[in-house]
Amino acid sequence: MNTSSLQQSVWVSICGIDDIPRLGSRVVHHQGHAPIAVFRASDDHVFALVDRCPHQGGPLSAGLVHGHAVTCPLHSWTVCLEDGQAQAPDVGCVRKVDVKVEAGRVFLGLPGGS
Amino acid sequence: MKKMKLVVVGNGMAGIRTIEELLKLDTSLYDITVFGSEPHPNYNRILLSPVLTGEQTLEDIILNDRSWYEEHGITLHMNSTVTRINRARKEVMTDDGKTARYDRLLLATGSKPFMLPVPGTDLDGVVTFRDIGDVNRMIEAAGRLKRAVVIGGGLLGLEAANGLAMRGMQVSVVHLGASLLDRQLDGAAAALLQGSLHERGLEFLMERQTEAILGNGQGAVRGIRFRDGGELETDLVVMAVGIRPNTDLADAAGIHTDRGVVVNDTLQTYDPSIYAVGECVSHRGMAYGLVAPLFEQAKVAANHLALHGIGRYGGSTTSTKLKVTGIDVFSAGEFMGGADTEAITLADPVGGVYKKLVIRDDRLIGACLYGDTVDGAWYFRLIREAKSIGELRENLMFGESSIGDTGHSGENSIAGMPDTTEICGCNGVCKGTIVKAIREKGLFTVDEVKKHTKAASSCGSCTGLVEQILINCIGGAADIKPKSEKAICACADYTHGELRKAIREQHLTSIPETMRFLEWRSPDGCATCRPALNYYLMSTWPGEARDDTQSRLINERAHANIQKDGTYSVVPRMWGGVTSPSELRRIADVADKYHVPMVKVTGGQRIDLLGIRKEDLPAVWKDLDMPSGHAYGKSLRTVKTCVGKEFCRFGTQDSTGMGIALEKDLVGMWSPHKVKLAVSGCPRNCAESGIKDIGIIAVDSGWELYVGGNGGIKTEVAQFFVKVQTHDDVLEYAGAFLQLYREEAFYLERTCHYLSRVGLEHAKARVVDDAANRAELYARLRFAISFEKDPWAERVEQASARREFENLTA
Ligand SMILES: Cc1cc2nc3c(=O)[nH]c(=O)nc-3n(C[C@H](O)[C@H](O)[C@H](O)COP(=O)(O)OP(=O)(O)OC[C@H]3O[C@@H](n4cnc5c(N)ncnc54)[C@H](O)[C@@H]3O)c2cc1C
Ligand code: SF4
Ligand code: FES
Repeated sequence: MNTSSLQQSVWVSICGIDDIPRLGSRVVHHQGHAPIAVFRASDDHVFALVDRCPHQGGPLSAGLVHGHAVTCPLHSWTVCLEDGQAQAPDVGCVRKVDVKVEAGRVFLGLPGGS
Repeated sequence: MKKMKLVVVGNGMAGIRTIEELLKLDTSLYDITVFGSEPHPNYNRILLSPVLTGEQTLEDIILNDRSWYEEHGITLHMNSTVTRINRARKEVMTDDGKTARYDRLLLATGSKPFMLPVPGTDLDGVVTFRDIGDVNRMIEAAGRLKRAVVIGGGLLGLEAANGLAMRGMQVSVVHLGASLLDRQLDGAAAALLQGSLHERGLEFLMERQTEAILGNGQGAVRGIRFRDGGELETDLVVMAVGIRPNTDLADAAGIHTDRGVVVNDTLQTYDPSIYAVGECVSHRGMAYGLVAPLFEQAKVAANHLALHGIGRYGGSTTSTKLKVTGIDVFSAGEFMGGADTEAITLADPVGGVYKKLVIRDDRLIGACLYGDTVDGAWYFRLIREAKSIGELRENLMFGESSIGDTGHSGENSIAGMPDTTEICGCNGVCKGTIVKAIREKGLFTVDEVKKHTKAASSCGSCTGLVEQILINCIGGAADIKPKSEKAICACADYTHGELRKAIREQHLTSIPETMRFLEWRSPDGCATCRPALNYYLMSTWPGEARDDTQSRLINERAHANIQKDGTYSVVPRMWGGVTSPSELRRIADVADKYHVPMVKVTGGQRIDLLGIRKEDLPAVWKDLDMPSGHAYGKSLRTVKTCVGKEFCRFGTQDSTGMGIALEKDLVGMWSPHKVKLAVSGCPRNCAESGIKDIGIIAVDSGWELYVGGNGGIKTEVAQFFVKVQTHDDVLEYAGAFLQLYREEAFYLERTCHYLSRVGLEHAKARVVDDAANRAELYARLRFAISFEKDPWAERVEQASARREFENLTA
């Protein structure tokens, strides 16, 4: 996040909130960057993480969402959607991406000027 | 809302476990205050033995450090003994002048070492073995003194004796009875044990009654005297003749006790605001001196303290193990046997092995093992499951490995394994890692080991080995339960069976409704319970319960198999393994067009296209124009066939045609786990019918059905089910059996495990012997399948269903 603010991040609209199923996710491709997984929890909170599990790089977007967490489809690590930390006893972290919802649209905070 | 006050007397294993269970249910109900006599936070008492020998340190055995109490807002008073309960004012008072009000009081005062009523027990140098203070006294004495006498040849006495000997003392064990561990072992095993402890330098004085402990005139011990007049010189006396439930406080407060604080099945004492758990308790006339029962009590007590009011404690079967490194002793259940039991024994005194298994009415009820305790966990499970041992009987003595385990045969002896041996092949976890986690993290169950080490969390074939390691490390404290008794996951307290029952009886049809009704602890469940719930709802209420895609794991959501690099594999259906030139041409074109890195023939007679990107899946399906092979689902997979009568010179029936008919009849069927069938045209069995969930073998006069085979982790040979005449009979019997399995099995239970739980006879009674029931089962299956459409075609046609696969761009 710090690095992106140096680069000046811009809010990019990616979809409407209802384009993401509740307890599901969508994958966002952004030129020259790793794919981003955008999740929608049952309480309609929206989160975005780089789509790579801290364990062996599994696609978190294909995981099962519960509470504010997602369980990776490959070996069932559970990653917290709020901060990208793997839940104990596993350790590891995946980068979080800024996200906001305004008037039913979902925006990602992405490095600008690319 | 004002919080209620919960006061806990006794900062030991039972009291704190109850609080842990309570916090899982409700963190906001109580202000919690804990009083403990000892100047330590809660520690793992059973590991005092390895601390005494020097194999572990005191820091290693702390279960909840001070920060744990702080994090959970618990007020902890250490070094503070509750001396009085004022039940009228609902208040407790301590020896250091504190008072505390309570709405609920939990007594967990443990037990006290029993002192023989002989002169001299107050001399300097007489110790017991119960807490950290005692261990420190013994360690200090061992550094200064030479000779020790341990009075009592039970578990505690022998562990104390071994520990002092390892610290260099000359140790004699004095025992009243004729054989050691008389409550855990029979005479034959005890004799072997005594022999090997003697080899390690321990002396034994059997059948001696202590009459007095003798002083040296300056207040310290100099020896002991026996009833027969003999004397033995010593500098230290360890009194380990038994324990008594600590009921002083309850007695003084007028709470009913009878060799323990008397509680009912909800762990409530005669005063309804006061609960009691652990060694201080007397439940249905039993007081337990082991950890496993008190954990069960803790769960139930917590449930009632949390005002859920549904748990019941019905007593425990216990097992014990002597924790002396290098000596393996294990016993469980009614190992002594009686008039109505039979025993199978194996004795090899030279090899130092003795085993005795006690059987009543075709059920294993007790086991006593010496020297080779590898199968202790397995026997303990059989005892608790209490099911007929039937065909197992002949091999019972030779252990679990003798009943066919292609996964791990030949490497089943945990005790002798070096720490570097790999236990969990899936996750690459070795024995040392597991042992370390059990010791350092204070783990008691396989689930906890799974969580902390990942061992046994994938294919599960090493679960038995993990159970053995648990038993080896912590003995009877290992909390080992058959799946039918285990809660589905940490989100709820219900077993799979209870869940199925509630869904049926309460007519629950959606996941949120079920979670609300059964008071799930987490908002959306987890990756373990949601897929199971979804299956139970769908299979109980077909047409009514809606399939919840977000509760299916990725393979069933994407209708393809995820691979380790995040790509997918696609297996189109080929009915009965039969294909055509035009299908093959389309497959080849797809492989070219999408640059499929690998095209492979599967073991189920189909073609697998591996390495397809998720976003390409709908297009691939469209171009293939073939139905889904469901190679990814907990559902019907393939029906493997041989060529049969049409071409083969041995064939007796059209096995290929039968296979295709079955596959068309069952396609789209979801089930607790994957289901595979095979049809062979004669007993030569080229389609491998013997290792399928349903295997069919054609004979001249009809068709033989076999059920419960499995070629997976553990090869299971299918068992003969029934012989039928016609093609339609095959469809009905096979369908009815599968419907029974769909209705009764637990999620992720293969047919072989289901059958070993309910018994083949049960399935035969419901399907073979009862024609009306068979017809109903088959009709229910047809009804359920009637709602299923081909998932690939559905996703090709509907834009909304394609959303799972389409990426967004920014
Ligand atoms: C050396 C040793 C080895 C063991 N090995 C095994 C084993 O291998 N397997 C197994 O299953 N079990 C084993 N046990 C037994 C097991 O440790 C006990 O069953 C278990 O600790 C009992 O838990 P509890 O909470 O009932 O009692 P405790 O753990 O004894 O806790 C009771 C606590 O309450 C405190 N207390 C008592 N009265 C008061 C009061 N009035 N005010 C404040 N505090 C009070 C005590 O000081 C104590 O700390 C072993 C025990 C010992 C001593
Ligand atoms: S099982 Fe019998 S009928 Fe079928 S291919 Fe083999 S030999 Fe021929
Ligand atoms: S890659 Fe996510 S758990 Fe292994």
